[in-house]
Amino acid sequence: MPYTHTQDTLVGLFVATGIASLFFLGLQVSNLSSLSHGDTYEITARFSNSGGLKVKSSVSAAGVKIGNVKAITFDPKTYESVVKMDIDAQYKTLPDDSSASVYTAGLLGEQYVSLDGGGSSEFLKNGSKIEITNSALVLEKALGQFLFKSAEEKKAAPVDDKKGKK
Amino acid sequence: MDNVDSTENNLVSVHNLTFSRGEKKIFDDISLEFERGKITAIMGPSGTGKTTLLKLIGGQLFPERGNVMVNGRNVHHLKRAELYALRKRMGMLFQSGALLTDMTVYNNVAFPLREHTTLPESMIRSLVLMKLEAVGLRGARDLMPNELSGGMARRVALARAIALDPMMILYDEPFTGQDPISMGALVLLIKSLNATLGLTSIIVSHDVHETSAIADYIYVLADGKIVGQGTPQEITQSSSEWVQQFMNGAADGPVHFHYPAKEYMDDLLHSEKPLFPRSRLPDDRTAKRKRYS
Amino acid sequence: MEFFRYLGASTRASFTKLGRASYFLIEILSGLASVIVRPRLLLKQLHSVGVLSFLIIVISGLFVGMVLGLQGFYILSRFGAEETLGVMVAASLVRELGPVVAALLFAGRAGSALTAEIGLMKATEQLSGMEMMAIDPIKRIISPRFLAGFLSMPLLASLFSAVGIIGGQLVGSGLLGVDDGAYWSQMQATLDFKDDIINGIIKSVVFGFVTSWIALFEGYDAIPTAEGVSRATTRTVVNSAFSILGLDFILTALMFGEH
Repeated sequence: MPYTHTQDTLVGLFVATGIASLFFLGLQVSNLSSLSHGDTYEITARFSNSGGLKVKSSVSAAGVKIGNVKAITFDPKTYESVVKMDIDAQYKTLPDDSSASVYTAGLLGEQYVSLDGGGSSEFLKNGSKIEITNSALVLEKALGQFLFKSAEEKKAAPVDDKKGKK
Repeated sequence: MDNVDSTENNLVSVHNLTFSRGEKKIFDDISLEFERGKITAIMGPSGTGKTTLLKLIGGQLFPERGNVMVNGRNVHHLKRAELYALRKRMGMLFQSGALLTDMTVYNNVAFPLREHTTLPESMIRSLVLMKLEAVGLRGARDLMPNELSGGMARRVALARAIALDPMMILYDEPFTGQDPISMGALVLLIKSLNATLGLTSIIVSHDVHETSAIADYIYVLADGKIVGQGTPQEITQSSSEWVQQFMNGAADGPVHFHYPAKEYMDDLLHSEKPLFPRSRLPDDRTAKRKRYS
Repeated sequence: MEFFRYLGASTRASFTKLGRASYFLIEILSGLASVIVRPRLLLKQLHSVGVLSFLIIVISGLFVGMVLGLQGFYILSRFGAEETLGVMVAASLVRELGPVVAALLFAGRAGSALTAEIGLMKATEQLSGMEMMAIDPIKRIISPRFLAGFLSMPLLASLFSAVGIIGGQLVGSGLLGVDDGAYWSQMQATLDFKDDIINGIIKSVVFGFVTSWIALFEGYDAIPTAEGVSRATTRTVVNSAFSILGLDFILTALMFGEH
């Protein structure tokens, strides 16, 4: 068949640009690059309430991302939330008495797990459990408590109490 | 039905063929024979389904009843691969030429060779130039189809049709819309190709003089029936009114000048206004079509 | 009475057409094997389907992204959330606008051209002629075009999204002063590769498949006259637009419904 080399070149350029934009979307736009596909190890923490935490929410230490939430399940015996996390293998010197807390990034942001280091000389390893946990701050509860307290202090109208609990 | 005898001299035989489009019967139980090495013409007024007949012979359409034997085989009972193998040995010259508009003349003629053979490009080049020389257009090989006149396009199409050295060529209205010079050139070409390549030719046409000049045998069709057949001499001397009207080009006769209609007075006096005009009804184009062609 | 007859006839005709279209699709798909053996046919079609749509996609993508940046900024700044502009621009492009608008442009640019080309080939007896030369026009003409459309669509959609995100960034951080780092980092933190990018690509693959199918079928099924081809071209654009938008709803419900 008759053909021109220009046509080949143009098609080649087209395909290359298309694939380049795919890479751009993958690496620059989405979280593909931050999901390290290297080795990870798994740790588990139990929270009495994991709040709005989701699978793939980040796990950070001192504000730096070190892993992801892998699974969240409910334990029907203890009524606790069991959160499994994948921690990047390069961070293998986390003390095994570290505590895990569920925090919110900003007032309305996503929730994430924060690990705060302890003083133990033993380190967390694959399958370790974190004993000390702080549950998610549930806004309605906190707000309710705050209103209840201020109402008591003023010893004023009792209506606020009901409103706050809702 | 496959073993209906086809006499050795007949390359194509059509037996008791019936074909209709919607309500209209295009062919009503007709039988035709096409002798090997001869030029056989099918003539008749426009709209008698002459092109349809060629498509039936080429296996593009299926008949309602009857069969078409080509080289001893029933075209409509062949498997797809067998039909394609048979078509490689049939050339067809379409009225419009049907050249592929995105290729040059050269590539158009080379197209069937490249698709069906594994010949080296140097051999293809020689073959293409030979075929183009035969139709007198070797010099036009680098033109695109839209740069050709109608007559030239038809000659290129003819070169393409003979590219694979077929055993027969079907010509669909080869003379229509040609100036006298290209018409003369085509008449000469068809005749000489038939003689030199030993082809069997089937010409569908309504150009009386050109066709009777080269045909060995003529069938005249009208209203789905054969109204006359014979050598050109026999046809011109035929006693049939039909044939006489057609050959002499009389405006009125057995074929009426007027398209069938109700009484003229009635039509003028009554206006009609249907709720949904017929033309808006989706037409049923599914009947008797093979693969949307 | 006449009305019901009309209704019945057109319903029947549309089912018949769907049947023909499905049969046609099966033939296209079974012709794909022969395209793989002859990559040059595919290359030629990639050129006329993909490369020639390139410019319109890039320009439209840039402007859509810029408009998103502008509108998004006005709305988000009311809530003091300009930092999330990148998320808004990227999510709307990658999930919806990229695949959908690119497919609509593709239907208008390449789809209508395909229909007109095939319709005219039919009207000038080129398809019939090819069949009489014992060359299957589906394998030789239709299947390569189908494959080219199908392959080009995801590339064009990614291109559209990528250019749009850059356009949004130009307006957002270039003109309106959104922090450049926040634009990208918020985007990266929120958009998920599998949920957002891959799902967007799947959408565009589906749209490419359907649009190419519609365009080629309308051309192949066109009444072989000038009017018939022009109507078929119109139908391609209209039917593709309906199918793209309808399928987009279904796909979105399937993909993003669970979260």
